[in-house]
Amino acid sequence: MSILIKNAQIISPVYKPASPAQDILIEENIIVHVGAGIEKPAAVVIDAEGKLVMPGLVDMHVHLREPGREDKETILTGTRSAAKGGVTTVLAMPNTTPAMDCPGNVSLLKEIVKRNACVNVAICGSITRGRLGQEVTDIAALKKSGITAISDDGSSVDDDAVMEEALKRALKEQVLVICHSEDKSLSQQGVVNLGFTSTRMGLRGISKESEYKRVARDLALAQKSGCPIHIAHVSCRETVELIAKAKKKGVQVTCETAPHYFSFSEEAVLGFDTNMKMNPPLRGKDDVLCIKQALSDGTIDVIASDHAPHTENEKDIEFDRAEFGVIGLETGLAASITELVATGILSWPKLVEKLALNPARILGREEPALCAGKEADLIIIDPDKEWLVTKAQFISKSKNSGFIGRHLKGVVERTICSGKIIQTG
Amino acid sequence: MVWTRKDLLGLEELSKEEIEFILETTASFKEVTTRDIKKVPALRGKTVVNLFYEPSTRTRVSFEVAAKRLSADVINIATETSSVKKGETLIDTGKNIQALKADIIVVRHNASGAAAMLARNVDMGVVNAGDGWHEHPTQALLDIFTLKEKFGSFPGLKVSIIGDIAHSRVARSNIWGLTKLGAEVTVCAPAMLIPLGIEQMGVRVTTDIDDALCGADAVNVLRMQFERDEKAAFPKQLEYFKTFGITAERLSKAKKNIVVMHPGPINRGIEVSSEVADGPNSVILEQVTNGIAVRMAVLFLLTQAKELSFKEE
Repeated sequence: MSILIKNAQIISPVYKPASPAQDILIEENIIVHVGAGIEKPAAVVIDAEGKLVMPGLVDMHVHLREPGREDKETILTGTRSAAKGGVTTVLAMPNTTPAMDCPGNVSLLKEIVKRNACVNVAICGSITRGRLGQEVTDIAALKKSGITAISDDGSSVDDDAVMEEALKRALKEQVLVICHSEDKSLSQQGVVNLGFTSTRMGLRGISKESEYKRVARDLALAQKSGCPIHIAHVSCRETVELIAKAKKKGVQVTCETAPHYFSFSEEAVLGFDTNMKMNPPLRGKDDVLCIKQALSDGTIDVIASDHAPHTENEKDIEFDRAEFGVIGLETGLAASITELVATGILSWPKLVEKLALNPARILGREEPALCAGKEADLIIIDPDKEWLVTKAQFISKSKNSGFIGRHLKGVVERTICSGKIIQTG
Repeated sequence: MVWTRKDLLGLEELSKEEIEFILETTASFKEVTTRDIKKVPALRGKTVVNLFYEPSTRTRVSFEVAAKRLSADVINIATETSSVKKGETLIDTGKNIQALKADIIVVRHNASGAAAMLARNVDMGVVNAGDGWHEHPTQALLDIFTLKEKFGSFPGLKVSIIGDIAHSRVARSNIWGLTKLGAEVTVCAPAMLIPLGIEQMGVRVTTDIDDALCGADAVNVLRMQFERDEKAAFPKQLEYFKTFGITAERLSKAKKNIVVMHPGPINRGIEVSSEVADGPNSVILEQVTNGIAVRMAVLFLLTQAKELSFKEE
């Protein structure tokens, strides 16, 4: 099938347009031509006047929950949710049941993906068997079975020796290690940021130490082993500073933050809203400022949603019993536009770097671009349209979003993945 | 002023005027408790349900007596013998009680924020009788009422709160209420029981009991909660008594007419000596009496607010 997109304002740092508005011709799954005034007939013609066109987003931190917790989300609903948010590639995190810790389980997931996914799903394997932090997985076999990276996300590998062994093996197999850096002996039963907020709410706090001390450990082991690591969900100033120092020293580290860390500070939890409960928790106003600055100066490479669907039964309960996590596939782009582009912190090309180019490169995938010969993964957005986030709109099976009731800017109008227009419901 | 809130969840969100209004209303209800027939028909035909997930003597009985003196019907649910044991959620429990057409639910729960969560999910009035470490508004109100009777006004009044501040809902509610009314509040505890950032609530912090008592007009002594399971280093009982216990000797260095308060139940010989608990400075039992009047006022005001909102519809 062929698609012709007319009058497109293209945002693609790789592609330098001669004049602002271009036409894009897609045949089958490939972009065949980008230029002004394309006259070739096509099966579908889309007028993108006044809209922006950019590569489909690459979200490298998504919990699709299948296999094991299909009540929260499935590959089907999760990928549809991704498409609605303009995400054409997701990295599925391995804390499923069973965990993605061996080729057999990876094959199981691949089968489901083949049948039900409407966007690209890359699979993240686990660092240790069962994510228990004790026995490193057979990384070579996992790589062969098709995983893109490994992580024990949800947990950190507590034992230094085990983590070092894992890094050595990952380096040998050239597999990226994604670190959920948390020292649970320090965060214990905490549920919100430790500080004035936890004090006035009478809740146990999660200190920033529990994050940055483990980040320091992971950075030290990365330096020692020479293995590239990617630090997940950076939430606070101290972590940013450690990563900036490490990068200066030449340590091979990249990192990501999630939209909630630059949209909300810890005060958002004050009404005991469990849609503001996640791990790491929302931090102070100074940390929010620091995260924004770090995105601007490049210390933080990627914006990833950490999409964590949970059922109502597990969220609409007492605050300390509620599950950690919020969904984010459908609000990530709009939140980024609202908080970062509309405020001048990031330009449009820089935003596309954080949301698509850098994650693709870090995952070792072909870097997306809107030019001839590239895979047709792209989105058409209305950058100025404001919308109110409501529960009813979500395609995701779960509705636990911190943005409910808030106004965001930026709507994805079309998502095209492998040359197919995904119906976003 | 007119009370319009359907719930009483804490003192943090109340204005100075709202707190003063509750205190005024309390004074009129205190008069009722001195009559021979201690009953007024204000809540006749209304149903008040006490839903207590944690054990309680004085708070629960106090709410029951208050509701009965207002002529309300009172139901007590102790969760050990209810469907909570079968796994029923707090919200379901609340909705079921609402379906039984109760008017007010008084809830005590071990999770901070539980009362707010319940209030969001039911139309009945909700009174927070203590949620986790978060707030215990009626306790603070009766403490403040007791101080009002003794001292008349709050600006410049020096009140020290002694004990396990970190885990105390009584401390938090008292701090909110007292600071809003203009009192000068000091908190005193062993270092590991002082929560991070508490000074941002407008209090002075000290770990020295004599410093806390010096110049104080009143001291509110909290119970050491040995039953809240915390792994953090906890002082041993005798050690606590030696360093923080309120004894006659300690009080001799404080103001002569210093008022000694305690929310109860007291651990004699741990946070306060028997001599002081039973002595002339202690208002511990007056607090209990005032608790009835405060709770009558609160139940009355919430009911009135509901009636007003119906009239508006």
